[in-house]
Amino acid sequence: MSTQDPSLDALLARGYQHGFVTDIESDTVAPGLDRDTVRFISAKKGEPQFLLDWRLQALDRWYEMKEPHWAKLQYKPIDYQDISYYSAPKAKTDGPKSLADVDPKLLATYEKLGVPLHERARLAGVAVDAVFDSVSVATTFKDRLSAAGVIFCPFSEAVHNHPELIERWLGTVVPYGDNYYAALNSAVFTDGSFVYIPKGVRCPMELSTYFRINAAKTGQFERTLIVADEGSHVSYLEGCTAPMRDENQLHAAVVELLALDDAQIKYSTVQNWYPGDENGVGGIYNFVTKRGECRGRNSRISWTQVETGSAITWKYPSCVLRGENSVGEFYSVAVTANYQQADTGTKMIHIGANTRSTIVSKGISAGHAQNTYRGQVSVMPGAHGARNFTQCDSLLLGGQCGAHTVPYIEVKNPQATVEHEASTSRISEEQLFYCLQRGLSQEDAINLIVGGFCKTVFRELPMEFAVEAQNLLAVSLEGAVG
Amino acid sequence: MTTPLLSIRDLRVRIGDREVLQGINLDVPAGQVHAIMGPNGSGKSSLSHVLAGKPGYTVTGGSVLFKGQDLLALPAEERAREGMFLGFQYPVEIPGVNNAYLLRAALNAARRHRSEPEVDAFDFLALVKSRMQLMRMDESFLSRGVNEGFSGGEKKRNEILQMLVLEPSLAVLDETDSGLDIDALKVVAAGIQTLRAPDRAIVLVTHYQRLLDHVAPDQVHVLARGRIIKSGGPELALELERRGYDWLLDDAA
Ligand SMILES: Nc1ncnc2c1ncn2[C@@H]1O[C@H](COP(=O)(O)OP(=O)(O)OP(=O)(O)O)[C@@H](O)[C@H]1O
Ligand SMILES: [Mg+2]
Repeated sequence: MSTQDPSLDALLARGYQHGFVTDIESDTVAPGLDRDTVRFISAKKGEPQFLLDWRLQALDRWYEMKEPHWAKLQYKPIDYQDISYYSAPKAKTDGPKSLADVDPKLLATYEKLGVPLHERARLAGVAVDAVFDSVSVATTFKDRLSAAGVIFCPFSEAVHNHPELIERWLGTVVPYGDNYYAALNSAVFTDGSFVYIPKGVRCPMELSTYFRINAAKTGQFERTLIVADEGSHVSYLEGCTAPMRDENQLHAAVVELLALDDAQIKYSTVQNWYPGDENGVGGIYNFVTKRGECRGRNSRISWTQVETGSAITWKYPSCVLRGENSVGEFYSVAVTANYQQADTGTKMIHIGANTRSTIVSKGISAGHAQNTYRGQVSVMPGAHGARNFTQCDSLLLGGQCGAHTVPYIEVKNPQATVEHEASTSRISEEQLFYCLQRGLSQEDAINLIVGGFCKTVFRELPMEFAVEAQNLLAVSLEGAVG
Repeated sequence: MTTPLLSIRDLRVRIGDREVLQGINLDVPAGQVHAIMGPNGSGKSSLSHVLAGKPGYTVTGGSVLFKGQDLLALPAEERAREGMFLGFQYPVEIPGVNNAYLLRAALNAARRHRSEPEVDAFDFLALVKSRMQLMRMDESFLSRGVNEGFSGGEKKRNEILQMLVLEPSLAVLDETDSGLDIDALKVVAAGIQTLRAPDRAIVLVTHYQRLLDHVAPDQVHVLARGRIIKSGGPELALELERRGYDWLLDDAA
């Protein structure tokens, strides 16, 4: 486990702080997946027929598909029949109507995670939807949001209260047949968040969903759909954690964003699923499909992600830039330590004229970890004046980890400008010593230097979460070098 | 005489197979300024680095006492917290790391070490701004990355700024005067003078008399081929300026 560099050898044992299990009674369906499982989930949620039909089509499509293996990831085959596709904490009533109905144990769990759901103690100016295993357990600030006309609620609630919106938008950005995991998710998704921002409305607060996997042997398959109508703005953040368990657990989410004319969506992720232990045992398999479509003119979608958790990350938040003048952005920090593997990046598809995209990716690897940036920039024939700038930097801590950059560029319009810059470096001994000579501890020095490396991404995060991200980085690298 | 603040005895140091310091003896009492001069490659930076605890050097013999304790037994960060400051000959750039943030972290690390309360952001800003005025540095340097894109002279000024904020008991300044314009040299010299105090010592590694015109040393040492081959008063520096090193090297050989 020792790296070539003796003074960089101590940051490799990570302490995962969110690894506790909540002892709560759950309704968990037996492992296995077939049409009846899908019917069970749909019935449990009292869904309308159109949704059940859609799920079943997705399942049929999934049966025909093959698990993709083009990513630079190695893991034992996943047994999809050995996963439970539904687990919900047993509610005293039929689902919480208000926070008063939420099981105190759940509230305590979120408290412990630093996500207080009590509105008194809430994160300043952030509305939170908390998803525990397969279901949403609480959403804060609903009143204030609905006064602004904003819909922010658990997906299953939106299915009941706004079925017309769901039927209209669901799957329009990520169709159920998009890829293997998207098809799986479409068949079995259990909850997630739904956001609709009406025309001309600037959402009065940050929206946030906090995902927590608790039950063993379950997968989490949530679905998020955000529609920003003309001229509206919204900033949304998701956070995630899971208990420490020896077996790997599957998380296959789908996020769809849709921005109409002049609308802006900023989507930030702080992903801290359990990464497995220092020997690579356990941890979440994170196979996620995230895509935003800038359908309207002058619209803008911005993805910012800080990925520190999961044993395996397979994730490419993308932007389809259809509207003229629309803008797509992707800012990413991916940290892998120990035996973590990340294959992550983005796709920017330029369809409309004068569309612009920016990609900034910072990959940090320590221990035996592998970190791959995989990006695609496509400029379609009609995208006159399209511009892309990509910057991909990798930082290696120690000698046994790897960083890889796989850019794919396809330009079908001669007037487009596509720039790509990439660098790979090791944490510099000179920088480290400079900090030590000023009295900083080895760990503080490394955090400082790595934080500096990530700065262009961190400054894109909403303020409340920039600090959290910096702290998370520190925890992830704890013991990773030295 | 009381025990010196810094006392080096027969210090021998290797880089790989090469012995870069071949038995250094040096005493620097509190309250004094000592200059170390010598040809390129003679071991001046190596000595500075070894005192600061930089990895890559193997101490094969000798001892270093700092404030009466075994300096070489302390990890680099503790030497710093104990009040040993190195002004680097080539200050490194740390992109994206806020200059003020690093400095505040450094100050608080030393204060915690002395069981003093940390300075809050407000007091820190007042302190650092007053020192910046002294160094005639624009406040915009606070929010820039550490040495990021600084000119050679700006980097050196930044080193002295850090020294003035940290107020170390021993400052080893490795060619802080190199690359400075005429006015900057005066500013840096004034900064160094500010630090002079009965309970502190300063070691100036330099090639030129011009810094010593402003910061008069109590003693001047010549380091050549890993040994101190001559020590004297301020007049030795003037003589070196006139005659170079050859006459000493011939003597020593
Ligand atoms: N990493 C290294 N590997 C091999 N030799 C080294 C290394 N670092 C320094 N040296 C050698 O050690 C000797 C002393 O170097 P040092 O930097 O201490 O000299 P100096 O007196 O500071 O010179 P200058 O006046 O040019 O700054 C030189 O010959 C140098 O080449
Ligand atoms: Mg030197």
